[in-house]
Amino acid sequence: MLLGTPTPDSGKLYAQTVTEGDPTWAGPLAGLALRLPVYHVLEAEIREQFASEIAEEQLAMPEMVLDARELGEAVKSVRETGT
Amino acid sequence: MNLQGKRVIALGERDGVPGPAIAACARSAGASVVLEMTHCFV
Repeated sequence: MLLGTPTPDSGKLYAQTVTEGDPTWAGPLAGLALRLPVYHVLEAEIREQFASEIAEEQLAMPEMVLDARELGEAVKSVRETGT
Repeated sequence: MNLQGKRVIALGERDGVPGPAIAACARSAGASVVLEMTHCFV
């Protein structure tokens, strides 16, 4: 799963939902651990795989306004530790 | 994670990176996009 969340908090929430289950216990994935591999689209190890022309066209604007490092670290934290 | 040959769910956000952008990038890396959505996290 590739996320395009704009903040670290929303990234963590989405990542936790598709790995350990909805942490708010409000939706249909409450208590259901899908354990899907989840990454943020701007994480370096993912971003570097994209064709440069496509990445430049699609991601240049978001990369100017979003903190890719923080977003990647938030999702990576959930992927590796669940929190 | 190598995206080549993988199936991807592209879950974008209105205020972040939209689903179609994620999908285009994933396809450029050789992935197959099985679901593409753009949500609004409020």
